[in-house]
Amino acid sequence: MHRREGLAKLTGRERYVDDLPLDDFLWGATVRSPAPRGRVAAVRFGKGVDWSQFVVVDSQDLPGPNEILLIERDQPVLAAGYVRHVHEPVLLLAHRDRVALRRAALAVTIDVAAEPAALDFRVPPRPDQIQYGADNVLKHLRIEKGDVERALATAPVVVEGVYETGAQEHVYLEPQGMIAQMDGDVLVVRGSMQCPYYVVKALTHALNRDEQHVRVVQTPTGGGFGGKEEYPSTIALHAALLALKSGRPVKLVYDRAEDMAATTKRHPARVRHRTGVTRDGKLVAQDIEVVMDGGAYVTLSPVVLSRGIIHAAGPYACEHVRIAGRAMFTNAVPFGAFRGFGAPQTHFAGERHMDVVAHRLGIDPAELRRRNLLRDGERTATGQVVNDGTDRVAVLERALAMADYDKKRAANKAGGATRRGIGIATFHHGAGFTGSGEVMLSSRVDVAGLPDGRIEVLSANIEMGQGTITVFTALAAARLGLTPDDVVVAEADTARVPNSGPTVASRTSMVVGRLVERACDDLRRRVNTGGRGDGEGLKRAIMDWHRAHPGGRLVGSATYERPPGIAWDDHTYTGDAYGAFAWAAYVAEVEVDLRTYATRVTDFVAVQEIGKVLHETFARGQVQGGVAQGIGWALLEDCKWQDGAMANAQLTNYLIPTTEDLPPIRVAFLENPYAYGAQGAKGLGELPIDGPAPAVLNAVADALGVEPTMIPLTPEKLMAIADLGLRNADSNNP
Amino acid sequence: MSDKSAIRVSFTLNGAPATVEIDPADRLLDVLRERLGLTGAKEGCGEGECGACTVWLDGLPVNSCLVPGYQVRGARVHTVESLDPSALEPLLVHGATQCGACTPGVAMTACWIVGHPEILASHSLRELLAGNLCRCTGYDGIVAGVQAALDAGARA
Repeated sequence: MHRREGLAKLTGRERYVDDLPLDDFLWGATVRSPAPRGRVAAVRFGKGVDWSQFVVVDSQDLPGPNEILLIERDQPVLAAGYVRHVHEPVLLLAHRDRVALRRAALAVTIDVAAEPAALDFRVPPRPDQIQYGADNVLKHLRIEKGDVERALATAPVVVEGVYETGAQEHVYLEPQGMIAQMDGDVLVVRGSMQCPYYVVKALTHALNRDEQHVRVVQTPTGGGFGGKEEYPSTIALHAALLALKSGRPVKLVYDRAEDMAATTKRHPARVRHRTGVTRDGKLVAQDIEVVMDGGAYVTLSPVVLSRGIIHAAGPYACEHVRIAGRAMFTNAVPFGAFRGFGAPQTHFAGERHMDVVAHRLGIDPAELRRRNLLRDGERTATGQVVNDGTDRVAVLERALAMADYDKKRAANKAGGATRRGIGIATFHHGAGFTGSGEVMLSSRVDVAGLPDGRIEVLSANIEMGQGTITVFTALAAARLGLTPDDVVVAEADTARVPNSGPTVASRTSMVVGRLVERACDDLRRRVNTGGRGDGEGLKRAIMDWHRAHPGGRLVGSATYERPPGIAWDDHTYTGDAYGAFAWAAYVAEVEVDLRTYATRVTDFVAVQEIGKVLHETFARGQVQGGVAQGIGWALLEDCKWQDGAMANAQLTNYLIPTTEDLPPIRVAFLENPYAYGAQGAKGLGELPIDGPAPAVLNAVADALGVEPTMIPLTPEKLMAIADLGLRNADSNNP
Repeated sequence: MSDKSAIRVSFTLNGAPATVEIDPADRLLDVLRERLGLTGAKEGCGEGECGACTVWLDGLPVNSCLVPGYQVRGARVHTVESLDPSALEPLLVHGATQCGACTPGVAMTACWIVGHPEILASHSLRELLAGNLCRCTGYDGIVAGVQAALDAGARA
């Protein structure tokens, strides 16, 4: 089956939030803090603007608590006299004319009495920079297994390393936006988002409304990658406040510059490794410290840190592991959800470090991984026994064979103006919410039988390009023997669909798709088909039911159930962190130009075991897109900071890969069905962002004989270390 | 319109004559989206980097966010709404669209290449597609889709 909404997208007929027809509405705009920290001394409305023509909203206009409800309640909807980061929303304006609105927004001046800002998460804060708890630590987390100190003390070789990753901007091609308007006494908010019920929760709390008086509708969403997980709640609240005050529909759509400057990015991180290893390369101890920059409010940092540390030890067996993580408060725009959710940072460090260990021991990096990859029956850092039957070494061997690794490893590093190298990364990604998260979400999906015999899948999980509509259609059709034309997938409208949880964490196909299947089963039971359980027989049974129950609603339903044998302890951070892991091995080949220090990826192989491929084209597209994003993060995407603000908030100087920056990305899948995923599927969406950065940097290390530790590895950064490496190579080889 | 400075512009839009009152500051993208309700072209960046707003101006692909609206007076403009859906089938089949926000621009560039296959003698497909940013596909689906459309065109 091809993408169901594909032709509408290709012909430009698909309507995103900025495309929706809207009558008699106002445009909204946000006036933001110019400073990273301080008291708002004055808000001055400039001369030359007739302010009586504008709707103006500030923190005084909130009907409820001035809090964006997420994990904590520390983030205000609008700053109330004090700002903690540049671009923090202070004031909202609305007007019918967009140009006049822009001029007016520029005519507002916000005077901030500046106070000392904490702008570097890597250094301990001075007393006058402390703004959260006693030490600016937003969250501490720790994983302990065995006795790391003793194991390190007796390890034959100990290898240390420090690795840093930069912020990354999502660059979904559709900037964020919302429309808010009243429908009778119901506040209706439509827009680009991943999590309609997060928006409901935020609106009901801060606007002091009950759920019956709030309706949230997801509009076709032009990419998300996590960037539309938590931030849309803020825009929804702002649009709603303007709509409530003006009594008119309000459209609040960010342009690219505002979107890049003011919304979330991937958490910058610094990860320190101290690894004990035997001389033949067996890991005996991993001591890992993970520090992330959370920015000015808690937002999702505790759970990003959690996923980060859980993946930090890699897909390896090691008896003694200690992982200490902390997320730091800084006066930066809050960092947030981004595909991979903390794991790409820790996998970058871990996989780059594996090559440093291999170089130290004189063992080929592939061989080092063969000797340490988890075998069935062995335990991860949290003590989760891996027993899924996947041969993780076979995943690696497949990737090495496709990339012709051995031959290229031996033959690379040609002289002249370029050097070639090849690098690998082996990694894993847990799908679904961590630990008890899925149990707490308690997601529900409905499948309705319609009077004409078709069925309708009702869930809050949204389409943002990854293929939800098509995959849910295919799952339901296959489950009930129907054709795709017999299946309707409902718009994610909270007035109609149950809360099946957020569209995040690679959970939609695996977890929610499984609920779609079970809701189909429930529907079949309810129509009591008596031997007409599939296809046309089922359609007739649905029609018969409606004839017998005129006006009735025929709904099959399923609620999440924890797979048996899964246990997690949130206090000790031990147990089964995820129901299933996907496993992968990626190989990158690079060419480094010694005149420009530009690194070019010339070949990329991505092999992964994902349970079951639900849609070959979509699965390949997820991997290729994730790899492209990972290569961008590794080499190009450089957020430049100036006093806590992004100085290059435009696509002219924040570069993402084009067709010319990427090689064809060669993809292969291995399948080992997971009993509790839809048709055996495991989560896929995030996995492919975890591997490219370390694979590419390992290839650069192979090409030049240096150990780069930081991404993005821009030509400027590579120049600084490459000259040193090349001089060393020359002196060793006169 | 915010004041009395509106100007009248006549041009050929998707093969039919069009006349529209515009603000002198309107970009061609605003003229299409806000004055004429043709929302196929998207604003991805507003500075000519992403290509989501690509249209054909007198037969050549341009970023409509960089073209002043008044400049199209007397010109021929084609938007994504003018494309033959059946010509887009190969893009659909090969996974060239995911979220769809870059897609109308990609479709305009793709169909232009298919209509001018002679340009492949001097430029690679990847070079010709480098003006359209996509954050979802990694471009392989797009390149494969355009290649398939070219192959179908060569057979026809």
